[in-house]
Amino acid sequence: MSASSPSSSSSSSSPSTSAIWRVRLQTWLLPFAGVVLVLILWSISSRTWSRNLPSPGKTWEVSKPYLIAPLAKRGELDQGIGRFAWYSLWLVAKGYAIALLVGTPLGFMLGRSKLFARSFDPIIQVLRPVSPLAWLPLGLVLFEKSQPAALFTIAICAMWPTVLNTALGVRAIPQDYLNVARVLQLSRSKTFFKILLPATLPYMFTGFRLSLGIAWLVIVAVEMLTGSPGIGGFLWQEYNSLIYEHIILCILTIGLVGFLLDRAMSAVEQRLRAA
Amino acid sequence: MAFLTLKGVCKGYGAGDQRTEVLANIDLEVARGELVAIVGYSGAGKTTLISMIAGLLRPDSGSLTLNDLEITAPGPDRGVVFQNYSLLPWLTVYENIHLAVDQVFLNWTPAKKQQHTEKYIAMVNLAPARDNRPGELSGGMRQRVSVARALAMDPQVLLLDEPLGALDALTRATLQDEISRIWLQDKKTVIMITNDVDEGIYLADRIIPLSAGPRATLGASVTVDLPRPRDRKAMNHLPRFKEIRREVIEFLLNRGAPQHHAVSRKLCLPDIEPEDLTHPRSRAARRGPIRRGEIKRETIEVDS
Repeated sequence: MSASSPSSSSSSSSPSTSAIWRVRLQTWLLPFAGVVLVLILWSISSRTWSRNLPSPGKTWEVSKPYLIAPLAKRGELDQGIGRFAWYSLWLVAKGYAIALLVGTPLGFMLGRSKLFARSFDPIIQVLRPVSPLAWLPLGLVLFEKSQPAALFTIAICAMWPTVLNTALGVRAIPQDYLNVARVLQLSRSKTFFKILLPATLPYMFTGFRLSLGIAWLVIVAVEMLTGSPGIGGFLWQEYNSLIYEHIILCILTIGLVGFLLDRAMSAVEQRLRAA
Repeated sequence: MAFLTLKGVCKGYGAGDQRTEVLANIDLEVARGELVAIVGYSGAGKTTLISMIAGLLRPDSGSLTLNDLEITAPGPDRGVVFQNYSLLPWLTVYENIHLAVDQVFLNWTPAKKQQHTEKYIAMVNLAPARDNRPGELSGGMRQRVSVARALAMDPQVLLLDEPLGALDALTRATLQDEISRIWLQDKKTVIMITNDVDEGIYLADRIIPLSAGPRATLGASVTVDLPRPRDRKAMNHLPRFKEIRREVIEFLLNRGAPQHHAVSRKLCLPDIEPEDLTHPRSRAARRGPIRRGEIKRETIEVDS
């Protein structure tokens, strides 16, 4: 620290108090202020232009039983919010696993074989933008029951980021690494496990993260349409029962769970990077 | 009978209109235990040449033989030190070298393989960095790992593709000494590609210039009969060194230089004549810019 700068003269110990306050501001105060602002806007909206929208206070009152006893089970469609979230997560886990198991090899083949890529790339580009709400009826036609249809929908919607990022990762492997494999005369399986897989892993993980986000998004839509127990099912049912406070509760829960899922993936990614 | 022979090797890229003949009629004979340096311009086809010897590329015509066996595919009998090191970044130094050892010496016990790997790590003076990843090493250290990996395969020929090209001059000097020291231990057959004539003369038994592309060929090889061990500082004063250097550089700059073609084009100059500000403005000039259309023939030199 230069003695000539006047701003640093107030801080004799490290870290300076102004730095501590800056950190506190950024981490806590500013986000808190943002939340308070949104609550105020919400409150104003519920009093003025949108009478149907319940105010924050009312939402809290009506949601309390669901939040305080998150794991209670009072009836099939009247359970604590924790239970609903758990049902949704369980369905997501299954669908997501299918998406990864199908998508990763597909991505590898797309990246490795130009022939394969040219044959199937147009199909993938056309299927990619299709919304889950369009896949679900097809799923019901194919599988007739709502659970397999839901899994099908989640899998086919969540698959694309994994496929495309894996393909990109495979194509991005430097020719030098492949030359090393050739000079060492590595067998195909050794080349795959020792060179292709570790080199593609960062790209694959980007795909996995994006896929998880999409899977979580899809589950809510699917549950709403099929009425399965879960957050989406609860949301739609409460809308039909005119208990709008629960809609907001569901929205916040969906957002929070999605955020936590993304954080968890990020942590796993960091672990694998460091390993 | 030479150990490694190249006869009439030609290689080109592209098809039809876009075809460039990179190498034409390369003839080379390397004896066992020799260190041969090939010096040339960037982009002349040096990497192409070494890739063909390594078996990573097939020539369009001509033959490459090692010990009378045709070179058709890459293999650990021709160890390659790539220009960009090509270390696998998710493996440590030890694991990178062990991968090669594991692959080549299939019948060895794990203990023997470990001992072999450690020996080569020590040979390039990297024992303290044994468990580091390439991302944690400097350029010179990475290059040493690359050399250790190539040597640990116990190849018949060691191919160095501009091994010191990506390093600063001071590290280059250190690593040149290392390569020299390591080579003197084993006396492997080494073919080294470099763009530094002095480096080639310092290290090699023979130095061969490669002319500029396209259709690059090897010039006459010059035997470097300077006594070993070579002292970099003293070498600069030896008359034989200067002679060798002059020969090689003369080939590279004159006979092997990039060809210039004169291209003649008709140019239409712009329609307005620029004003000459050095002359005082005459009454005529105050009228405004004078329009002149002129057709001129210009001849410019273009690198082929």
